[in-house]
Amino acid sequence: MFETLSDRLGGVLKGLRNRGRLTQQDVTEVLAEVRTALLEADVNVTVVRDVVERIRSQAVGATVSTALNPGQQIIKIVNDELVSMLGGETLKIMYASQPPTVVLMAGLQGSGKTTSAAKLASWFKSQGRQPMLVGADLQRPAAVEQLRVLGAQLNIPVFSVPGDPVKTARLGLAEAKSFGRDVLIVDTAGRLAIDEEMMQQVKDISKAVNPNYTFLVVDAMTGQDAVAVAQAFDATLSIDGVVLTKLDGDARGGAALSVKHVLGKPIAFAATGEKLDAFEQFHPDRMASRILGMGDMLTLIEQAEKVFEKDKAEEAAAKMLEGEFTLADFLEQLQQLKKMGSLQGIMGMMPGVPKEMKNAEIPDDQVRRTEAIIFSMTAQERANPELINGSRRVRISKGSGTSVADVNRLVKQFTEMKKMMKQMGQKSGRGGKSAKGPKGSAMPDELAAALSSRLGPR
Amino acid sequence: MSAINILAQFVAGDTAPKIMLVLALLVSIFGIGVVVSSRRNRVTTSPQTRELASQTASNLTSESIVERDVSVRARLSKASSAFAGAIATALTSSSITQQTWDDLEEALLRADVGVASTARVLAPLRELVKAKKITQPSDLMSALQNEMTAQLSQNSRELNFDSSLGAPNIWLVVGVNGAGKTTTIGKLSAQQSALGRSVLLAAGDTFRAAAGEQLETWASRSGAEIVRGAEGGDPSSVIFDGVARATSRKIDLVLADTAGRLQNNTNLMEELAKVRRVADKGSGKVTEVLLVIDATTGQNGLTQAKQFSLATQVTGVVLTKLDGSAKGGIVFAIETELQIPIKLVGLGETIDDLVAFDAQEFVSALFE
Repeated sequence: MFETLSDRLGGVLKGLRNRGRLTQQDVTEVLAEVRTALLEADVNVTVVRDVVERIRSQAVGATVSTALNPGQQIIKIVNDELVSMLGGETLKIMYASQPPTVVLMAGLQGSGKTTSAAKLASWFKSQGRQPMLVGADLQRPAAVEQLRVLGAQLNIPVFSVPGDPVKTARLGLAEAKSFGRDVLIVDTAGRLAIDEEMMQQVKDISKAVNPNYTFLVVDAMTGQDAVAVAQAFDATLSIDGVVLTKLDGDARGGAALSVKHVLGKPIAFAATGEKLDAFEQFHPDRMASRILGMGDMLTLIEQAEKVFEKDKAEEAAAKMLEGEFTLADFLEQLQQLKKMGSLQGIMGMMPGVPKEMKNAEIPDDQVRRTEAIIFSMTAQERANPELINGSRRVRISKGSGTSVADVNRLVKQFTEMKKMMKQMGQKSGRGGKSAKGPKGSAMPDELAAALSSRLGPR
Repeated sequence: MSAINILAQFVAGDTAPKIMLVLALLVSIFGIGVVVSSRRNRVTTSPQTRELASQTASNLTSESIVERDVSVRARLSKASSAFAGAIATALTSSSITQQTWDDLEEALLRADVGVASTARVLAPLRELVKAKKITQPSDLMSALQNEMTAQLSQNSRELNFDSSLGAPNIWLVVGVNGAGKTTTIGKLSAQQSALGRSVLLAAGDTFRAAAGEQLETWASRSGAEIVRGAEGGDPSSVIFDGVARATSRKIDLVLADTAGRLQNNTNLMEELAKVRRVADKGSGKVTEVLLVIDATTGQNGLTQAKQFSLATQVTGVVLTKLDGSAKGGIVFAIETELQIPIKLVGLGETIDDLVAFDAQEFVSALFE
């Protein structure tokens, strides 16, 4: 994996802390790292040059603040710049006074047009609209069939006739009018931007339906070519916005910045998962962190939100800080945590975790053994590990296929941990000493600071 | 005193209690979850968002209306075309300057070769220029191309087919969503049939709607048999059934399709690893695992190759959609860093558009 920008800057900025001002020389070194980070994130070379110049003008002479170290300060400048470049303009869907509002989806092969068309239809439906889909991709085998299946899942009608895609689109529009559907989404075949014949075809489709919105579908994994593709499609179709797909992957997604910068058109939607409701409006701030390689944290949070039941997690956190956490709670939370993937992977994504901890091995069988031990305990034992005497220990170890020493170790460590957590709870409760404490008090200070700087209202 | 520091002390200590690590993770994640979800709630109910969501300006015309922030409007013009000539100009100049190096670097970066690989191929050339062994820009260019081509000639690009097996060879095709797996299988099927091999397609993509239908179209085009499972069914069992059928009918080659998946999706990657294991369990043998990579893919391609290799021991790369404007330079990094040979290249939508990879052609196209 690539280094995050903060890791990168670490080396360059050593010894910079005590100076009052960033010199030209400092800035040049720092910007070289920024450039590499952006290139590794697939931001287009030309766009990178532009971004770096913007940042240079802000960074030279910037006073080194006492609150932030120079690294943080540079990151903040870069981050803010990216957010402003990615955001700036938002797309508001204005519905046509004479329905239907027509949306045309275009893009390269495999960028995710068909799935996005269905997801977009579902989004319109959630807005109280009555969308209809037109399958004008008659190129790829079974593309229309795919759209029909998705339409059936969403209970949204799909129109298509074999033969000519332009005709299909035109008939689809007539169909939508006669059935009173107020949004029409036209899926088109994937095409290469340099394929003149196919580009002419999509232009003809566009003329036939006269779309209110033309969306370019862009894969978040796209590299340098994103710019050329976006320009070619814009020249042919006059793009109104971008749908960024496959954001649930781990690509940094620099293509988003390149396309936004080149077209000057908003990124309207982001597709974030395999399910049909994994489709949302675009968040520029999250994308900026992601491009800089600091988006892991957000991924982690998103995954946690999907997997954990919020109420239970809150309850468990509160219990933990009050020292009332039991092995049963622990088991439950551990099982939820496992749904997020390997513990090693999760650890790797945690911000501020020291290297030696990230490299500590957490073998899966050790986790399994821990689970087995707890599974072999009775409910009373889980609630109150002090009950566990010699004979119970033997029983548990036999039941779980471990040794008495393993059981001992687990109980001992759990007790120590509980104590530690209780201490932590008392420390963080210092501010507002109400009995229950604010719900967010489970948060370690550093994380809280990192989060609020990243997610704070803008 | 932060929680992380306390934890670090515990881990550094001799007892190294793993269980505490896990617990610590739990606490932090609770904390994050709680704080963020409360923030989220605040965000989702903010007036602007609500305005966005319930925008129903039916009295407006059908014109698309985009609010623009003029300050961010600085557009990029002629991004790629401007560069095409630049390198040609650099090469005709009489001496090697910083500009020459910058242009070469930029050409490689624009082709998605990546920062690290670019630095690696340029480093030995810098030595040669320093030692005055290369003095002309055009010599530098050919030296660079030779160097890159040489780096790409370590591995065999033959598709592995073991005719002495006495059982079906299985070629498993994997990759992210939309890379072109199903199309690649269709083309492979036609080509292998033309070579006189009997082919069976196993429709292991049970997830994407109508993926089976798509493969079925290719099967009938190429005269191959096909085994399909239920939509949403277990892909391993579909492929296992395909191999069983191929064995009983003495079919030479099973081409196994799989659903596209993003490499950071742990569950789906585990499912794929299982597909690979199960495929080997029947009478056939997996002799080739092809990773399909879209030529437009950027630096994420390297991560794809790593993760798919971990799950399925990839034996070769298929670079698709190279007929577009993208150069597919990331596969250079994949082959030279991970030693996974690029075996095939997709150049279009017809059956003949899947061809053997040619290192020399590929390298010279990077600079065009």
